[in-house]
Amino acid sequence: MNRHLLSAGDLSRDDAELVLSTAAELRELADRPIKKLPALRGRTVVNLFFEDSTRTRISFEAAAKRLSADVINFSAKGSSLSKGESLKDTALTLEAMGADAVVVRHGASGAPHRLAHSGWVRSSVVNAGDGTHEHPTQALLDAFTLWRHLGGSRAGGLEGRRVAIVGDVLHSRVARSNALLLRTLGVDVTLVAPPTLLPVGIETWPVDTSYDLDAVLPKVDAVMMLRVQRERMSGGFFPTAREYSRRYGLDGRRMATLQDHTIVMHPGPMVRGMEITADVADSDRSVIVEQVTNGVAVRMAVLYLLLGGNQPAVSTGTTNEADE
Amino acid sequence: MPAHPREAGSDQSAPRVVLDDRDIGRALTRISHEILERNKGAADLVLLGIPSRGVPLAQRIAERIASVEGYAVPVGSLDVTMYRDDLRLKPARALLPTEIPPGGVDGRTVVLVDDVLFSGRTIRAALDALNDLGRPRAVRLAVLVDRGHRELPIRADFVGKNLPTSLVERVRVTLAGIDEVDAVTIQAATVRDEEVTA
Repeated sequence: MNRHLLSAGDLSRDDAELVLSTAAELRELADRPIKKLPALRGRTVVNLFFEDSTRTRISFEAAAKRLSADVINFSAKGSSLSKGESLKDTALTLEAMGADAVVVRHGASGAPHRLAHSGWVRSSVVNAGDGTHEHPTQALLDAFTLWRHLGGSRAGGLEGRRVAIVGDVLHSRVARSNALLLRTLGVDVTLVAPPTLLPVGIETWPVDTSYDLDAVLPKVDAVMMLRVQRERMSGGFFPTAREYSRRYGLDGRRMATLQDHTIVMHPGPMVRGMEITADVADSDRSVIVEQVTNGVAVRMAVLYLLLGGNQPAVSTGTTNEADE
Repeated sequence: MPAHPREAGSDQSAPRVVLDDRDIGRALTRISHEILERNKGAADLVLLGIPSRGVPLAQRIAERIASVEGYAVPVGSLDVTMYRDDLRLKPARALLPTEIPPGGVDGRTVVLVDDVLFSGRTIRAALDALNDLGRPRAVRLAVLVDRGHRELPIRADFVGKNLPTSLVERVRVTLAGIDEVDAVTIQAATVRDEEVTA
């Protein structure tokens, strides 16, 4: 693996499957009396959040603490970040504090890349969502959830599976990261959205696109619903919320057209009644709550593989079993 | 990577077989009886193999105990990777499976099973890992081969074979299921970093 996790596209198939199999082991920890491992004792992980986030920050915090790392939370509100400090000065401060990893969320696409490659910090940088660009750990936890349900938890298990990603692709970093990672794992991805909510250049993505949700649903093994990100919208992307829900929302009627094994996912936060109805979100097919649990395991895996040794894990082959 | 620039083959002799499949079978049978004798039966026993080769050894011991006592002893595995004292000296390593039997370890007699006992550092890590899983009534250690050179005050309760070695020799256990055949071999070779794991 690279020293940083900036894009889901940077992960090779071996890297991605190493993260998934490590997460599978770490997920068992949730069932043990002592939910803690000593692997990152004495390491410092800084959560640097320029944008509001509850679940991602809490998930990273839980992950780092379960690996015994020291966690420092830095959020925009109530800190010098709201007083106009630049990314560079913040980074120099973190460097002076001796952070081993910086988990960064920023409203500007590319901010984590800048932080990693500017020479300001020596620590590993983990992208926890940058603008409308990428959110690689969300893609990893989605892939992990798919891998457990549809891939039999084994290498290559997702090959040939079909996943639909539905909704506001234009503003979604989750969609981009998922498209890249799932393609790496051999999944066929179809993006379903109104034309106004597909980004320019979508034809260069390794995916199919469709405007017709009803035609896609019966063919897929998983449906991933995206939130309509109204806070990032300044114009009229669709006439009314009601019309959007009717054409691109997942309701009980549409859910009935899915295959028996198909699962329903959502990265959260959900807007019930908009992209997904309450009866779907609470149905047996929904793995939305499990995604949160898996998020902690996947983030533990990422932090462990980046920081656990004297350098990031080498993913080619099973390094541990070679000589014992 | 080899710690020394000398390439493999230049000063290596052919591996010598110290235990063949029948020797290993007899050793495991004896260990199984010793465990039963010491524990006064199979009650409250839990066998935890240390991956990777400790796991099939634990399973084989459990089979032998089952055939003698007619009681299926719970078998599991205990990965110690995150508890190793050399974790920070190498790139981050892949984790191996930890499976604790449903009954847990609290109040049980846990027998740790590993293939080779060497520095004792793996067992130290295993004791720490076990500490986070519960409080066994007692912890014992069974190994197929004890090759000496302890670096910590740790000893095995049940030993298949005591094998005097020099530090530069390499002891390798292969087990059908993971490898092709059951065998314990010894080979004179340059010391490599990965070897100092047992």
